[in-house]
Amino acid sequence: MSRNLLLFAGVALLFVLTGVFQSWNLSLSILNMALLSAIMAMGVNMQWGYAGLFNTGIMGFTALGGLAVVLVSSRPVPEGWQAGGTGILAGLALGVVTIAAAVWASKRLPKGRKRNLIVALILVGGFVLYRAVLDPAVTAVEAFDPATFGNIGGMGLPSLIAWPVGGVLAGIAAWAIGKTALGLRSDYLAIATLGIAEIIVAVLKNEDWLTRGVKNITQLPRPWPVPLEVDLQQSDAFLGWATSLGADPVTLSTILVKLLYACLFGVVLVLIVWASERMLNSPWGRMMRAIRDNEVSAAAMGKDVTKRHLQVFIIGSAIVGLAGAMMTSMDGQLIPSSYNPLRFTFLIWVMVVVGGSGNNWGSVLGALLIGWLWLIVESLGPAVMGGITAGMSDGPIKAHLIDSAQHMRLLTLGVILLLVLRFSPRGLIPEK
Amino acid sequence: MDILNALVAFLNFVVVPGLAYGAQLALGALGVTLIYGILRFSNFAHGDTMAFGTMVTILVTWWFQSMGLSFGVLPTALLALPLGILGTALFVLGTDRVVYRFYRQKKAAPVVLVMVSMGVMFVMNGVVRLIIGVEDQQFADGGRFVISAGDFKTATGLAEGLAIKSSQAITVIAAVIVVAWLFWFLQKTRTGKSMRAFSDNEDLALLSGINPDRVVAVTWIIAAALATIAGTLYGLDKSFKPFTYFQLLLPIFAAAIVGGLGSPLGAIAGGFVIAFSEVVVTYAWKKVVTYVVPESLAPDGLVQLLTTDYKFAVSFVILIIVLLVMPTGLFKGKSV
Amino acid sequence: MAEPYLIGDAMTGGYGGADILHGCTIAVEKGQIAVIVGPNGAGKSTAMKAVFGMLKLRQGQVRLDGEDITALSPQARVAKGMGFVPQTHNIFTSMTVEENLEMGAFIRRDDMADTMAQVYDLFPILKQKRLQPAGELSGGQRQQVAVGRALMTKPKVLMLDEPTAGVSPIVMDELFDRIIEVARTGISILMVEQNARQALEIADKGYVLVQGANRFTDTGKALMADPEVRRSFLGG
Repeated sequence: MSRNLLLFAGVALLFVLTGVFQSWNLSLSILNMALLSAIMAMGVNMQWGYAGLFNTGIMGFTALGGLAVVLVSSRPVPEGWQAGGTGILAGLALGVVTIAAAVWASKRLPKGRKRNLIVALILVGGFVLYRAVLDPAVTAVEAFDPATFGNIGGMGLPSLIAWPVGGVLAGIAAWAIGKTALGLRSDYLAIATLGIAEIIVAVLKNEDWLTRGVKNITQLPRPWPVPLEVDLQQSDAFLGWATSLGADPVTLSTILVKLLYACLFGVVLVLIVWASERMLNSPWGRMMRAIRDNEVSAAAMGKDVTKRHLQVFIIGSAIVGLAGAMMTSMDGQLIPSSYNPLRFTFLIWVMVVVGGSGNNWGSVLGALLIGWLWLIVESLGPAVMGGITAGMSDGPIKAHLIDSAQHMRLLTLGVILLLVLRFSPRGLIPEK
Repeated sequence: MDILNALVAFLNFVVVPGLAYGAQLALGALGVTLIYGILRFSNFAHGDTMAFGTMVTILVTWWFQSMGLSFGVLPTALLALPLGILGTALFVLGTDRVVYRFYRQKKAAPVVLVMVSMGVMFVMNGVVRLIIGVEDQQFADGGRFVISAGDFKTATGLAEGLAIKSSQAITVIAAVIVVAWLFWFLQKTRTGKSMRAFSDNEDLALLSGINPDRVVAVTWIIAAALATIAGTLYGLDKSFKPFTYFQLLLPIFAAAIVGGLGSPLGAIAGGFVIAFSEVVVTYAWKKVVTYVVPESLAPDGLVQLLTTDYKFAVSFVILIIVLLVMPTGLFKGKSV
Repeated sequence: MAEPYLIGDAMTGGYGGADILHGCTIAVEKGQIAVIVGPNGAGKSTAMKAVFGMLKLRQGQVRLDGEDITALSPQARVAKGMGFVPQTHNIFTSMTVEENLEMGAFIRRDDMADTMAQVYDLFPILKQKRLQPAGELSGGQRQQVAVGRALMTKPKVLMLDEPTAGVSPIVMDELFDRIIEVARTGISILMVEQNARQALEIADKGYVLVQGANRFTDTGKALMADPEVRRSFLGG
């Protein structure tokens, strides 16, 4: 136990040192990202650590969380909504009905060529109808003031409400994937989730009516109780406080905002850790681990392995979705092109593995440590590379090396992952 | 009605690109399926192996070009390919020695190996970006077209042109040669047969005195060669960008699974299934349709099922259908 | 008494946990058939695997033609002239019959056409089906492929783990006939059998194992005649 405390203290020291030697602003932004990553890592740890499910679509679930924030808390665009909101809803409903009908038909009809034909007809017909209804509506929505809007907008509700919605969206997506890919070989889930993540991000990038695509959605509201820095800087009470501390009001306001975020995220993280620990030590958690350790014998004892896997897959993905929503509401904007699988999927995996799969505290520690490493390299990398290449004469090679310092972190992370898997496969804080 | 022009447009925009892309995917999927059959895991680093191989080939190409070496009408990259394959094979054998061998001897679960391959993917990703950067690289030289659209129009007098880029022709020819060689190797040579035996029944292969280290090494070398060839052909045809290669992982895996993981024949069939589905679904059919239907029925829209941004969705949907309907794939690979 | 051609002498060991074999001795003379029988869980297959080097012995020795081979790997034993036919997964299902035989001869670098012709003489049906994938054959034919594969190294000892498991009685009789033929060519046969009665009928030597130790050891005929063996192990 004391060893674990020491590890956490060590990581805390890293953040303090960053604050002292770089800036507290940087230290806190790294901390916030690391806290969010910790929540994602907890979700992944449930899937991998508790159940042995290999999910490579973390990026997709994160992005769905971001979408939830846009839908729930961005400014409403009544004109856009009027132009085609109902059409879009009808189109999407048609799409869902089509898939449901196809699934129903393939389950009900007897096997054979006839069934395949009918299912194919339903799908093709449904797709044509769906496009016929959706396309004009989408064109109408996107035609409205595309420079500022061109989308259906959100509901204008508080950002906090969007967080659980993000979890729900991610959970629904996980259900659909799990239904098809669970129960087959473990690699298939990995490939299927890799695919769905790419598709979710492609949707966010290309469906302008929904997310304004590459034009991005900005000015998403802050979650309660985090104020805007500008508002703080104009409040007399805050200015007075800043003067009494002798601090620059601008710096103080950014730090205060980041601190508030850190507290908010910390509360969510603690709640999730608490709930996960309860789950892990409940009969349900013991059964999950029994299934993970010996699927065959668990199935022989009458456990419905696929169903349990589906449960844990949905819950884990929902947690990732929640964290994704939190991230977008902290950023205050949704930038679909920023979702990169290396950053949002594989980095989280490194966190889980390094921290210790199967152990919630391990995932948190891994996330804080690797998150710090990832982001600090971004700011220190070029300087370090500059130091390394100081002896070289100026020229294209030196410039290239300094430019590519950021790619060093992919290499470093890969090496760390391989080293941990090889020499300490149970991670920093092993499963009990 | 203008069947001839419609046909030419169809050939030009669907068949020719589909064939080239299919050949590239098939070569990639062959590598994945071989690794899966012999080493028994899904190699997530395969896309980045392709990127690595292409990068080495590009570097050698630049070196050759700087020496004034060229291959006439053919791209210099083809001349550089053997060295590219050599470099990639050495790197991949190195990763096997340093990384994978340990888990193989421990008989680790496949999913652990998948995760390890993710680590290797990171490393290769980093190496490639460090050396050549993240930007697009065009490295095709030599003749641009076998048939250019203009020549075709003058020769036939049709309104539609048929263009065949040399990179497309080279891709298809190279793929045919490589696949023919691979099948000859697997079917007729002692080493090839021992690889199939090892893939079929590892324990019995060991009992028969087949040397597992040799089989594994040969598999890695072939996979590296396939990846380098596939990557170089893709790069010649389109362009080289590390991230695109990482993204090719999905269609390649879809192709291998559709064909049946572990089945070389399936990988080829799967490659073309995925490629043609992608092209057919994302192609704007307006032109072809306009030629075929009477003028009054000519479509207003593009008649495009999905925009090209969703091409990954196509591989994904096919993948899901195969997983649902026949998890062993078209050619009864080793699933479950 | 001269040393038998192959002997697993006073073998003790198991798969890591508790011992399964307790001082068990199994031997076979040149050109003879030795059969291991006994109730389920008696360690029959384990004894066989121990002789072939597939599990580590804590005590005892395995000697082939007087040479101590206890430390050799199964592969090395194949090179020394031992052939092994596992009970299950004993063929390459996706490969043709002929390729199965070729793989059997993998360690040989010389011309193996003669050996293959001999195997085809022994199992004519395999010659007919030589270009078919072995996985498409019937159960009895698959066993023939499995035995044929093991014969391809020209072994001096052939070890069979329940060769007749899961085949019909007619096929079983045929398989036993072939096994006798193999033995007549001078190859020693050591096999584990579930069908104790039929197996002992063709056996020169029989071993009845109970709980990992020898209970009765005698010629096949004598064991068949022994009232106690009949009562306890042959169903009266």
